[in-house]
Amino acid sequence: MTTATSSTQQHTAVHVGLVGALKLGGRRIGIELKQFFRDRQSAVFNFALPMMLMIIFGSVFGNQKLPPTQITFAQYFVAGMIASGILYTSFQNLAIAIPMERDDGTLKRLQGTPMPKLAYFIGKIGMVFVAYVAQVALLILVGKLFFKISLPGGSQWLTFAWASVLGLTGCTLLGIAFSVIPKTGKGAPAVVTPLILVLQFTSGVFFQYSQLPAWMQQFSALFPLKWLTQAMRGVFLPAQASALETTGSFELGRCALVLGAWVLGGLLLSLTLFRWNRRGES
Amino acid sequence: MADSLIVPVPDGTALAVKVRGLHKSYGDTKAVAGVDLDVIRGECLGLLGPNGAGKTTTVEILEGYRKRDAGEVEVLGHDPAHGDLDWKSRLGIVLQSTQDLTDLTVVESLSHFAAYYPNPRDVDEVVEAIGLTEKRDTRGGKLSGGQRRRLDVGLGIIGRPELLFLDEPTTGFDPEARREFWDLIARLKAENTTILLTTHYLEEAQVLADRVAIIAAGKVIACDSPDRVGGRQTGTAEVSWLEHGQTRSQHSEHPTAFIADLATRFGGEVPELAVRRPSLEDVYLSLVNDVGSPE
Repeated sequence: MTTATSSTQQHTAVHVGLVGALKLGGRRIGIELKQFFRDRQSAVFNFALPMMLMIIFGSVFGNQKLPPTQITFAQYFVAGMIASGILYTSFQNLAIAIPMERDDGTLKRLQGTPMPKLAYFIGKIGMVFVAYVAQVALLILVGKLFFKISLPGGSQWLTFAWASVLGLTGCTLLGIAFSVIPKTGKGAPAVVTPLILVLQFTSGVFFQYSQLPAWMQQFSALFPLKWLTQAMRGVFLPAQASALETTGSFELGRCALVLGAWVLGGLLLSLTLFRWNRRGES
Repeated sequence: MADSLIVPVPDGTALAVKVRGLHKSYGDTKAVAGVDLDVIRGECLGLLGPNGAGKTTTVEILEGYRKRDAGEVEVLGHDPAHGDLDWKSRLGIVLQSTQDLTDLTVVESLSHFAAYYPNPRDVDEVVEAIGLTEKRDTRGGKLSGGQRRRLDVGLGIIGRPELLFLDEPTTGFDPEARREFWDLIARLKAENTTILLTTHYLEEAQVLADRVAIIAAGKVIACDSPDRVGGRQTGTAEVSWLEHGQTRSQHSEHPTAFIADLATRFGGEVPELAVRRPSLEDVYLSLVNDVGSPE
């Protein structure tokens, strides 16, 4: 390296303030996405899994009708898979990736640079949103091509938009908060994956929600996935399908309220719990 | 331990790092028990010491990663416990072991980190300086241990730091790679970069460091130039030669006079004559062995 620019004291300002954090946050979104898709484990379990499940479940049960309606299980299932996709790309992704980054030195290295910490979180949130949009597009394509699902109409897309944004934001914040729970990065999937499976089974993703035992319904109603799935049914199922709901309605207002509450809860939890260092390192 | 082993820096010397009475405990274990240390601007200070002596804890406090229990610390004029981003942009940190950045190529990693700094080095220049030109488009996970370490060093210097922390930078290097690394450090020094080098390789400290500080049991027990530390320059020399088919040796404070006597006795050439001054390693081992393990 040449000494053309003579040594030290050349430093101008670092990227301070919101503008600097946003600028670097944009760059972090790019680098996060590269890593998200290049890491095989992440690409399969966080991104491709809903498509794979859609194909498998759709092929086995897809043509079954849900009486008293003429709605196919594939149509019901696509709502659950999109809601699950939100959980995969945000919560599962971050609750596993962040402990790994704590172990492999990513977070320590970043702390030693003049990167504003906000840029890191912007990178994570941006990655989650981009990955989700790509995932939903592929899921709908798979559903349309293989299982002839019908697409929502105009106002339903609006519901889709707010449910996605509330769900992604809440589950991203919860994933950031949950990242303190696994002791090691390697052990993280063993903590996170069973949790997600339990929520999926009890929230009406794999089974028709209204046919689940009451205690299961009450349990899952405490968590966001049940409400996300319900809102997505409101998007992807025709109006007469509200007969399949426990209350006879998709309760979109209540969905928004609960998901919004989880956004606030997630914000509080992530702000109080998140740690850059491994336990005992300070 | 005599204070004379720690040769103080003259008053008024510009310091990059100033540490006084640094203490840090983990539970009941005292990791650092009163470290005093100066790093002069523009020098390379080698920090030596056995595992568990408090090297890494000391360095991580200087880098702002750990909080101290007591003592005064100044790094580039700031307290690292309250270091802002501006301060961080003047540091380069090469941590001990990392396994991150496996899915990004060498150039992608360097370009990305360059964006954090106000006045970064040219990415291509750094790639060349760390000897990874051929591997520039290889992902971190596919690099050998030594190549990965060089990428770490590249990321440490991409921001054109005034002060560079190197924590065991050449672990896993083959001898050739180590030589190349030493050349790189020499060039950084020529650009007036201050370097705090933690290493287990005493030869590396001998070659690179202007001064070495030896830490044992949480304290600096000796600090001087590598040639003088622990009284190396005045220590007794070992003279050895072959006599009656046997190797003989003698420790002497006046080896020249001793050899003159030997030459007279042999009436000319002394077979297999060798004079050995205590190496940095000899001095290091004797100093460190004199100190017990930390409390």
